[in-house]
Amino acid sequence: MIAWTIYITVAGAVLSLLVPRVVARWMALLTTIAGLALTLVMFVRTPIENLAHFTTIVRVPWVPALGMNYHLAIDGVSLTMVLVTGISAVSTVLFSWDVEDRQNEFFFWLLLVVGGCYGVFLSADLFLFFVFYELVIVPKYFLIAIFGSTNKEYGAMKLTLYSFFGGMFVFVGILVAYVTAGSLDLGQLSEFQFPPHLQTWAFPVLFLGFAVLAGIWPLHTWAPTGHVAAPTAGSMLLAGIVMKLGSYAGLRVAMNLFPQGFQMWSKWIVVLAVIGIIYAAAVALRQGDLKFVIGYSSVSHMGFVLLGLAAATSLSVSGAVLQMFSHGVIAALLFAVAGRMIYRRTHTRELDALAGMNLSRILPFAAFAFVIASAASMGIPGFSGFAAEITILIGAWKTYPVAVWITGAGMVLVAGFTLRALKQSFFADKPEGVRAQEGRVALDPDWNEQDSITVAEKCGACLLMFATLAVGIYPKLLLDRIMPAVETMRFLK
Amino acid sequence: MSYLELLKLVSPEAMVVITALLVLAIGLTSRRATAVTGVSSVRPPTRAAENTAVAGLCSFMAAAGLVIAAIAVFMLPRNATLFGGMLVITPLNSLFKIICIALAFSTVLLAASKNAPRHAGEYLAIVLLATVGLMLLVGSEELLMIFIGLELLGLSLYVMAAFDKSDIRSAEAGLKYFLFGSTSSAFTLFGISLIYGMSGTTGLVAISQKLATTSVQPLLAVGIVMTLVGFAFKIAAAPFHLWAPDAYQGAPVPSAAFIASGSKVASFVVLGKIVLIGFAPVQGSANWHALIAGWSPVLAALAALSIVVGNLVALAQTNVRRLLAYSAVAHGGYTLIGLVAGGRDGFSAALFYTTIYAITLVGAFGVVGLVRRETGGDDYSNFYGLASRSPLLAGCMAIFMLSLAGIPPLAGFFGKFYLFSVALHASANHGLLWLVGVALLGSFISLYYYLMVLRAIFVEKSAPETDRRSLSTDRFLQKLTVSVLAAAVLILGVMPDILAARILATVP
Repeated sequence: MIAWTIYITVAGAVLSLLVPRVVARWMALLTTIAGLALTLVMFVRTPIENLAHFTTIVRVPWVPALGMNYHLAIDGVSLTMVLVTGISAVSTVLFSWDVEDRQNEFFFWLLLVVGGCYGVFLSADLFLFFVFYELVIVPKYFLIAIFGSTNKEYGAMKLTLYSFFGGMFVFVGILVAYVTAGSLDLGQLSEFQFPPHLQTWAFPVLFLGFAVLAGIWPLHTWAPTGHVAAPTAGSMLLAGIVMKLGSYAGLRVAMNLFPQGFQMWSKWIVVLAVIGIIYAAAVALRQGDLKFVIGYSSVSHMGFVLLGLAAATSLSVSGAVLQMFSHGVIAALLFAVAGRMIYRRTHTRELDALAGMNLSRILPFAAFAFVIASAASMGIPGFSGFAAEITILIGAWKTYPVAVWITGAGMVLVAGFTLRALKQSFFADKPEGVRAQEGRVALDPDWNEQDSITVAEKCGACLLMFATLAVGIYPKLLLDRIMPAVETMRFLK
Repeated sequence: MSYLELLKLVSPEAMVVITALLVLAIGLTSRRATAVTGVSSVRPPTRAAENTAVAGLCSFMAAAGLVIAAIAVFMLPRNATLFGGMLVITPLNSLFKIICIALAFSTVLLAASKNAPRHAGEYLAIVLLATVGLMLLVGSEELLMIFIGLELLGLSLYVMAAFDKSDIRSAEAGLKYFLFGSTSSAFTLFGISLIYGMSGTTGLVAISQKLATTSVQPLLAVGIVMTLVGFAFKIAAAPFHLWAPDAYQGAPVPSAAFIASGSKVASFVVLGKIVLIGFAPVQGSANWHALIAGWSPVLAALAALSIVVGNLVALAQTNVRRLLAYSAVAHGGYTLIGLVAGGRDGFSAALFYTTIYAITLVGAFGVVGLVRRETGGDDYSNFYGLASRSPLLAGCMAIFMLSLAGIPPLAGFFGKFYLFSVALHASANHGLLWLVGVALLGSFISLYYYLMVLRAIFVEKSAPETDRRSLSTDRFLQKLTVSVLAAAVLILGVMPDILAARILATVP
């Protein structure tokens, strides 16, 4: 049944190209809600013990001559990722409710990205997996280059080329695995013993390819520029889901296929992850553009995911998956506030300019949402960010205590830049009397037309806030499903 | 063997020749009439209408003839060999005859238009003769017959390239193509004569038996290399690609489409047969840790060079047709990888790829032709805002470009996966990984310029003063052709088994 998330989304994408302009957004909303509903039903109805193994849903021969199957499967990790995809997708559509220009195309590309993501998380055949993985790349280009803002064509091209560059390495890794093992089935491949000398070079090639998409330092630079250039919906999808494709694939494919290679290289991944966390947080501390701050925070948070994966204990890896979920929700919320709620009304994202606007009074709901998002992002207990990061750090303590020390110190930086952004954007104590109108008169002639936060925005933000709170308060909800699935993976043994 | 039987076996080729003569006759009679009455400088409008009608009739005849020829191919026996391999009928050859006919068919449709060229009949007749050349090439396993096919094809293509007399670029394209083409023919002929001299036969199977028993002499090596060079000209592999950009840019659009598609497919079929059947004993090895002299390292070097040169130079182009030409060089390089890998799998991967490529390129040229008629040019700037002017064409072009770049779920992606996996599979210990790496790097670079085309179409706005000539009502036939080709690229990407399994089953 969960396979229908893919079909519905792709069908919705095609339909939204064909329906009249005004209906397109409803079409998209309906599609994404249907996807989320399916996922939720699946989430509630599947017994937890069935999620411990990568269970086949569909398996149809595709190209028998080359051993390709249309093979979808699900376990706790995939289900978690599908869930965050569904949540982000719905809120993304809600936050692009007011796209004025070329709506049909916009929602077509948007839904194509979402459909591709569902596909990646569910595929159990390496070729199918790669098809979906690459399918996500090009729609992002159009989303950003057509509908984006600041420096959009540069950002779009950079992001696309980086993704494709990573895809090239992935291609090599997949080919090598396929040719050596003679199979494309992930289940069979994860039982195949690849020769150790092959693993030593094939693992870094494959993992590096995936890690580009996950924003690993030093190949992360596409992420901030891409996020800034993208339209709000694009940034939400990119930071929320697409970056997770990389880390999910690293876990599901690279680490599972080449466990020995992984053991050999894991300490280097830890080094890169820790540098990424600290470096991105430090850079975020100095940014003047709110979206850049959030963009770098994404890189920093993805560093936690990589750290959790590389530490390779069942707790740390489960924490990493939880962090993928949590960051997917939080990043979407942050970008929604910065890109949609603030930017659409003030037409600036410069922190200095925002500081003079006293936005917390004008946009109280936005301020509220941003406080929640920041708290979650900083890792305040009670939000999903805390649950995830603490799980990662506890898990990693056994294998890499030094890294945990450094990261723990680095979390101060994370708190630092988040608080700075929060204060500057909403709660600056600039002298009274500097009013919002004066701050942006030259920039935005139609300020008065969009004063309050719309219902669609409120619904989208509430959905995301609910998700981060729910998981923050009761992380067992997801961890119970993630842990057993992680424990059956090969690299832990 | 009776003549009746012979006629039965060559019925597809005969059918196309008869159609060519018929079309030529129709065109000539109507031209004579025009010439007699059209002496006065002012042409009566009825004359133009009549001209259009004649052109339409010619196109219809040509298309119908091709359909009948395709049916005739289906009626052929499964296997037959005539005159020691001069004409060979195998499932593979029949399949590729049909593919060549289909490519010619779409070329005819693209060429059909209301304001037809002045010599529609002659043009179509030449297209049909070129098609006969393709069919002979595909259906022969004997060097002399292959050469005759090459010449028939080549001479027709030179004329096709130079056909637009009102355009100086077309003349340049024709002349350049002719000079390079005849040089390459000379190389091929020289190579063939050396091989004949050393082996005493021109049949491919006999040559391979001969080569297997004797040691390779230097003269034979020269012969082999000469033949390969000749074919490298044909498939526009670097460094023998210099004619391609001008030919693709200057020739009339349907001609360019045909040069890029049909000629390429047939050349690859023949080149594959020559190296894999005829020269099989001297394959050598292009593995990086175990280099063995033979044709395979030569082809590997050509492939690597084509991929690098084609992709890098394409980056700098601003004319879409030139860009397609340089990308054609690169795609020729990818296809060669299949032959370097060799064997049944390698050959079928190469054939699959080149077929997909041909379909894609005919479609892309179809779009370019329509845009050119609308805006009068084919630079990036002529494509600005195509997405709003004609969403259908924009969508089709997106499918073609992304397929060329190798983005799933389009056919080009599967083709690349197939090629590269075969290349890695064929070589022990991932010996061809270097070539696959070069190819992947090349396709990474290529994404940039394909995206630049799509950027012009989707992101840029069209200039307000753009003369919006009738893109909506006219050109129904061309639009239909382009859409069908785009659908084919999509379907072959989602269900590649339709074609891949068929090719794999027929490759000996």
